[in-house]
Amino acid sequence: MAATPKNRSWFMASNPFKMSPMWKLISYFILGIWTTIVLFPLYWLFITAFKKPIDVQAGPRYLPFIDFQPTLDTWNDLLFQQGNFVLRPYTNTIIIGIVSAILALIIGTAASYALNRFTYRPKPGLIGVFILCIVLMVVLIGVGLPWFAAVAVGLGIFFLLAQTIGKRFKGTMGNSDIAFWLISQRMLPPIAVIIPIYVMFQQASLLNTHIGVIIAYTSVNLPLVIWFMRDYFNSIPIELEESAFIDGASRYTVLWRIVLPLAMPGLIATFLIVLVFAWNEYTLALFLTGAETQTMPLLVAAQNATRGPQWWNISVLVTLMIAPIVVLAIFLERYIAKGILVGAVKG
Amino acid sequence: MQQAEDKRLTDVISVPRRAERRSIGAILDAASPNVLLLPAVVIVLVLSLFPLIVSLYLSLSRFQFVRGGFQITFIGFRNYEKLLFGSEQRHFLGKLGVIEPIWLVLLAVLGVSMAVMFFQYATSSRMKPFGLIMRVITVALTAAFALLMASTLSGEGLPGTIVVTLIFVFGSVTLQYFIGLGLALLLSQNLPGKRFFRIAFLLPMMITPVGIGFLFKMLTNTTQGPFAPLWIALGLIDYSWVQDAGTARLAVIIGDVWQWTPFMFIILLAALEGVSRETVEAGLVDGANRTQLFRFILLPEIVPVSTTLILIRLIEAFKIVDMPNILTGGGPGTATESVTLHAYNNWRALDLGLSSALSYLLLFTVTFVAMVFVNFVRHRAIEAVG
Repeated sequence: MAATPKNRSWFMASNPFKMSPMWKLISYFILGIWTTIVLFPLYWLFITAFKKPIDVQAGPRYLPFIDFQPTLDTWNDLLFQQGNFVLRPYTNTIIIGIVSAILALIIGTAASYALNRFTYRPKPGLIGVFILCIVLMVVLIGVGLPWFAAVAVGLGIFFLLAQTIGKRFKGTMGNSDIAFWLISQRMLPPIAVIIPIYVMFQQASLLNTHIGVIIAYTSVNLPLVIWFMRDYFNSIPIELEESAFIDGASRYTVLWRIVLPLAMPGLIATFLIVLVFAWNEYTLALFLTGAETQTMPLLVAAQNATRGPQWWNISVLVTLMIAPIVVLAIFLERYIAKGILVGAVKG
Repeated sequence: MQQAEDKRLTDVISVPRRAERRSIGAILDAASPNVLLLPAVVIVLVLSLFPLIVSLYLSLSRFQFVRGGFQITFIGFRNYEKLLFGSEQRHFLGKLGVIEPIWLVLLAVLGVSMAVMFFQYATSSRMKPFGLIMRVITVALTAAFALLMASTLSGEGLPGTIVVTLIFVFGSVTLQYFIGLGLALLLSQNLPGKRFFRIAFLLPMMITPVGIGFLFKMLTNTTQGPFAPLWIALGLIDYSWVQDAGTARLAVIIGDVWQWTPFMFIILLAALEGVSRETVEAGLVDGANRTQLFRFILLPEIVPVSTTLILIRLIEAFKIVDMPNILTGGGPGTATESVTLHAYNNWRALDLGLSSALSYLLLFTVTFVAMVFVNFVRHRAIEAVG
């Protein structure tokens, strides 16, 4: 699938369809139009961040230094005068985004590797028992038991049942069923699960904590990681692993030393995508965060002030918010397309 | 899931085990299938499946705050009844109008093509009772959705949140795909400056939808936005995009297209570049012209990729909420209110039951559309070009 530099596009320069100058001009013209469509809004955002309120309100000003004098007033005001107003949501977004992306990547990669290399035969009956035990746990928490005791009781009963009657369940499912089930979770509209999660987190005192939001984001992004990484492992030759096993390496050593380095482009692409989703996420954050854990999208959204939107403030906030992601994207651009292409598109 | 108990568990690769001494490492190694998979399964069970079940119960009940807590009363299907037949019907399904001729033509085309496909299946040897039942349901539901869209969008009609969401989804995904494909085809020629275009085109995808909402609000502002002189020249100084249902919807779709075209573009470009030159040259040796090259060499390569891309975007687009919320606030009236926004507004009004019922109806619609797409569009498209 991956194209080597020698053997690139079908339209390469050495192909017999030499582009006529006219066609080349048309191509550049169309590409230029789309570039303008993409970059002009970003340019406008960027210059508005350096305008004085008067320069915004008096009608449009297009060119810095020529029709308006750029100023750092808004930046100074937001970052230094108002202190935590911006800095706290910003650090929250960074912590939550990075930690949840890494967690989703670790758990999701492990799962998709396992689904690719082992054969699973889960029994629907046992899964039913497991779900009943979780329901029991929640009932116990609802009754007033501390959550760790309830979890211990629930798991204890489950293992007891699994050991005693577990073998009598007939009927099994396969790997593709598990994979489909995990990936299909992405179809859930967040609004469908957020209310119970809200109540659950409230009971576990996870509302308005970093950990709570991180757990929620990890679970939302997990299906994406599994989807993107699943077929990536197919493209890694199994012989490499086998020879390492013969040398006596454990599964984890092989995974860490051989498989993950080979999957690096896919991992980078997936990490970036998942990070972007967590960084920009709005709906879940709206429900799960409070004053201390507010993230940037919420802060930006809250700028719909009654006095009329203050474009200079909003521009600074949005610029701050997208800057790190844009820089990352520019450096990692070459990985993104190939990473997703190999992973997701065959699935 | 509980493979530890399952003696039939087999590794694809047999791991040489040193049976003589079972160290902790060896035990961990033997358990590696579970250690690797279980965290993901547990997280999804606890944070997706379980909340989904609770939501189902909530959607069948009335949620009330009482002194010192809340109270959940089971009321059966009354929330759904309210949305589909009762007082909320206009909000969710919309107000029905008399169907206009143009829509009648489209409906007729859709109806005839569905009938043809259905009879082809029913009389073919592949016919199975289960498949037949599924197809009857699919045809009925598709017809219902089509009728609903047609009658709420014409004449006196007023589209409800589900119709608005469908318009957003189909409008923006179609535009994204074709613009993305066009740009990818242009850039797959070896033009100088390719890397610049690739990076520039990628950027919108990285920006938060909330930010894009504000950005477009700023750009379309008729007195302070960059196009103010144009509006003044046209005498539209007091005009606002978001005051008119049609243009407000268009604004939301433009925002979504601006953000997500890069996703289509970048992966289609990678797919086009992945077509090896040997294949193309082989085609040339056989005397293929440009159209034939596209039809027989490129198309089979990009159609499977395209269907997956469209599926991903379809699923994600149904969740649209932040863009209309910021850009138009769901207005004018409910003209740009998506189902998620509708559910969110109900949640804010503390009507959790209705909110859950709405999200279940949305989930049902997403699942249905995704299923129809996979079973009836994707397979056909791949077969057609294969």
